[in-house]
Amino acid sequence: MKIIIERTKEEKELDFKGTIEELLQKLKINKEEVIVARNGALVTLDTELSSEDEIKILSVISGG
Amino acid sequence: MNCDKCKENAIYQDPNLCKKHFIEYFEQKTINTIKKFGMIKNKQEKICVAASGGKDSVALLFVLHKKGFNVEALAIDEGIKGYRDRSLEFLQEFCKKHKINLKIKSYKKEIGKTIDQLSKKYSPACNVCGTFRRYLLDQHSKEYKKIATGHNLDDEAQAVMMNILKAQTSLFARQGPMTKDIDGFTQKIKPFYFIKEKEIMTYAFLLGLNIDFEECPYAPLSFRSYVRDWINKEEKENQGTKLNIVTHYLKLREDMQDNIQKIETKENKFSKVVKDALQPIKKCHECGSPCSGLICKACKLKEEINA
Repeated sequence: MKIIIERTKEEKELDFKGTIEELLQKLKINKEEVIVARNGALVTLDTELSSEDEIKILSVISGG
Repeated sequence: MNCDKCKENAIYQDPNLCKKHFIEYFEQKTINTIKKFGMIKNKQEKICVAASGGKDSVALLFVLHKKGFNVEALAIDEGIKGYRDRSLEFLQEFCKKHKINLKIKSYKKEIGKTIDQLSKKYSPACNVCGTFRRYLLDQHSKEYKKIATGHNLDDEAQAVMMNILKAQTSLFARQGPMTKDIDGFTQKIKPFYFIKEKEIMTYAFLLGLNIDFEECPYAPLSFRSYVRDWINKEEKENQGTKLNIVTHYLKLREDMQDNIQKIETKENKFSKVVKDALQPIKKCHECGSPCSGLICKACKLKEEINA
């Protein structure tokens, strides 16, 4: 699974099974501070992920 | 997870909504806030939108324009290389596409120095930056009756907590969804007052508002950033924390205003603090901006910088 963390401009391959919420917990990202797109479309935290997915984690924090 | 209103997949959680219903919910929530506080009287009224090119102000411009309000945009270029220049480039393209008038005023031209230059002397730069930003917005929005900002529920909850933690009672009384209608001042309105930053980001993403979503490079050093992280941790564990902070603040403010006459009869330290907080806004003797003393903070800072 490809993970893109937009705020830190990180890109990584991850072997992961579970939901978006579990993925965020694993990555130590607060679910309040991001929205998540799977293969370009927004999804909710309970969405189950597959190994083929591309996950983009977008920070909701901007400005000053 | 399905949408609460139809059988489509939800794209947002709490409330659980699909794309179509989330957009409807978001726009209606904005309109409801405008109506609840009487922010805009009618659609002919010309509204200046303080725009930075970030998601909050662009989403606000987009919603108001889409709903038929008469909007123009005013942007401030603080001079933050690699950040503000990029967001303003996006804003210029956005306004051109939607035929919205845009004015851009820069620190370099109006103050004499950019924030990149000022940050060498003032760290964190956020206090100085905020002071000059408010000053330039005041100075260049005088032809309008109202100026709308993209302040959201997160910003407002942070501001309440910051003012409590710093015991800034005078600011505490002057927050809120809109300022009073006082002759000679442009009234400030916040149509996103009850909307979460996460909801604005979702709306911007769904509408393909391809915004530069980055955070200001100076922001991580600010006190606000510390308070923001703390509130977000609370919100994660206890959904509704941000709304609770803001609604509790609104109730407190109402009580302060209701009780001012009773307080006036009692002379003690607390009553003095409350009375000071509710003092009418004065005009700066130098520039005419809203001010609590004789000279505003921006004019004092300008003198310090140019000394």
